[in-house]
Amino acid sequence: MSKPLVDLANISKTFGTGDTVVRALDNVSLSVGAGEVVGLKGPSGSGKSTLLNVVACILAPDSGRFEIDGEAIWDGSYRISDLRRLRRERIGFIFQFHNLLPFLDAVDNVALAMTLAGTERTAARKRARELLDYLQVGKRADAMPSRLSGGEAQRVAIARALANRPRIILADEPTAALDSERARVVMDLLRQVAVEQSAAVLVVTHDEKIFDRFDRMVSLRDGRIESAT
Amino acid sequence: MNLALADIRHNLARFLMTSVGLGLLMGVALAMVGIYQGVVSEALALSRSMRADLWVVESGTRGPFAESSRIPGDVREIVARLPGVVASGGITLQTVEAASTRGPLRVQIIGFEPGRPGGPQAVEAGRLLGGSRYEIIADARARLPLGSTIGIGNDLYTVVGTTRGLVASGGDPLIFMSLKDSQAIQFQLAPPAARRAIAAGGGSGGTDTVNAVIARLADGADADKVATLTTRWKHLSALTDAEQSDLLTRSVVNRARVQLGIFTVVLLFVSAVIIALIIYTMTMDKLREIATLKLIGATDGTIIGLVLQQALILGGTGFVSGVALVFLVRDGFPRTVELGPEEIAFMALVTTGICILGSLLSIRAALRIDPQQALGG
Ligand SMILES: Nc1ncnc2c1ncn2[C@@H]1O[C@H](COP(=O)(O)OP(=O)(O)OP(=O)(O)O)[C@@H](O)[C@H]1O
Ligand SMILES: [Mg+2]
Repeated sequence: MSKPLVDLANISKTFGTGDTVVRALDNVSLSVGAGEVVGLKGPSGSGKSTLLNVVACILAPDSGRFEIDGEAIWDGSYRISDLRRLRRERIGFIFQFHNLLPFLDAVDNVALAMTLAGTERTAARKRARELLDYLQVGKRADAMPSRLSGGEAQRVAIARALANRPRIILADEPTAALDSERARVVMDLLRQVAVEQSAAVLVVTHDEKIFDRFDRMVSLRDGRIESAT
Repeated sequence: MNLALADIRHNLARFLMTSVGLGLLMGVALAMVGIYQGVVSEALALSRSMRADLWVVESGTRGPFAESSRIPGDVREIVARLPGVVASGGITLQTVEAASTRGPLRVQIIGFEPGRPGGPQAVEAGRLLGGSRYEIIADARARLPLGSTIGIGNDLYTVVGTTRGLVASGGDPLIFMSLKDSQAIQFQLAPPAARRAIAAGGGSGGTDTVNAVIARLADGADADKVATLTTRWKHLSALTDAEQSDLLTRSVVNRARVQLGIFTVVLLFVSAVIIALIIYTMTMDKLREIATLKLIGATDGTIIGLVLQQALILGGTGFVSGVALVFLVRDGFPRTVELGPEEIAFMALVTTGICILGSLLSIRAALRIDPQQALGG
């Protein structure tokens, strides 16, 4: 296998101090290669979201180091200054709570991610509609987020994460609000993106129905990697 | 897509309510500026309407507006003969409580000799004064219709003409009448002791007393030079029109002007604080959205743009509703609200400045928002 796209080594992260200290990540090492779709499971509070946030440079770890696409991102401190540009251009994040902007309709929520990265608006909206169509929410394209069902909002958020064709896709329970048929559509899309864009896909999930869709499953418990299959 | 506009549209009702509320505040601030300008122009309205180049008054006084001045009526003949003077006329000036059908009415009476300087240039309705007595021209602010009568002193006067915008520096409407009538009123209303002295032919020199003699000069005549000439008579001195205007704005209405000025500044300051607070609340209400924007990689520029544009849109709508409000109610105001394009442009500039300053705090807060705040339920 070529050099991994995401490469974490001995990442630790604690929250709080004294009596309330929580070791959310404890010496986690993990790599995801290009074209690979990796599942991340574990009980609630085991550190799954924390791990994704570290990779997305939303949360600075306490120790360890990690690289993205061969570029050192963190080793005691951030090695790059423009983290938002990194997020904008190279990382697609599907949040556990969809985080759509309430004042933009579905298409514009997706298109915004592209215009922020410099895509011209008409082109951005065109691609946004295509993505929404593919995710079977095309007919809700003009709806405001407050009018979307949980599953629809989740798929709009997925479209937004994929809009800029990122090399790294992080998804926090992307199928939680979906029926198994639509969950499959989402997993197929993530697989397709992994292959076509040779992207690394890291998906947190509790959903046993889709465990077979991953190249491998990583299991977290109390911030430690318990097993990798 | 414009994020600022999209967010406003999303909360349109609330935004409009905020704007209208702000509009009320801006309206009051604008009205203050308008009244401030109005006081200045009202102070000058009278002296401008008389088109006097020179005011000859009692020596040692700066009359007739700033100080009381009394000179014999025949001074106008002296003034008329001064080189450069083309016309001159004596005027009286006194504030009285007149008896109108609606109750007492405070007016300023200008007595002048019809055909000589001192009267209004034109009337809005009716006619100018002829030679008859007991006729007056009243300013619209006195709300005396043509043909109506008011009692001043012991006599009844009939309105034969009306003017607009001619008020005394205190805001009282002007009433013009013949010099003879006004002198009679001055005599009737004088305290008994003074009256006896005047009747006896002593005191301040008979019943033909005026407060000032105004003169129009020939084109090219030097007002200062003519003014110096009058000092040959020990009991006279003269003010040029420029000096009179200066006196009126600097000293006669100075207190009112300073008061209004302070009020305006205080109001602008209050508006600034309120705008800053509204923008801050609007920004903090979007904490999660701003954090999300950062999560999906929006630059600081995008976020500053969002806050600043909303501040300016808010200020803009507030300002427009404020202007609309002032124009809607200004005719009902007891004093002139003079809000011209210059004042509006000036206030628009001030509002823009206030909005930009008011959003600085919010921009700082927005830039400090941690993207993590968008995570979690
Ligand atoms: N910002 C924070 N401050 C303090 N503690 C935190 C914070 N974020 C996470 N934690 C704690 O770190 C641990 C790991 O949290 P994390 O959100 O990563 O769990 P998770 O595996 O994603 O759980 P879930 O399946 O419920 O989403 C938990 O004990 C949590 O309480
Ligand atoms: Mg989680």
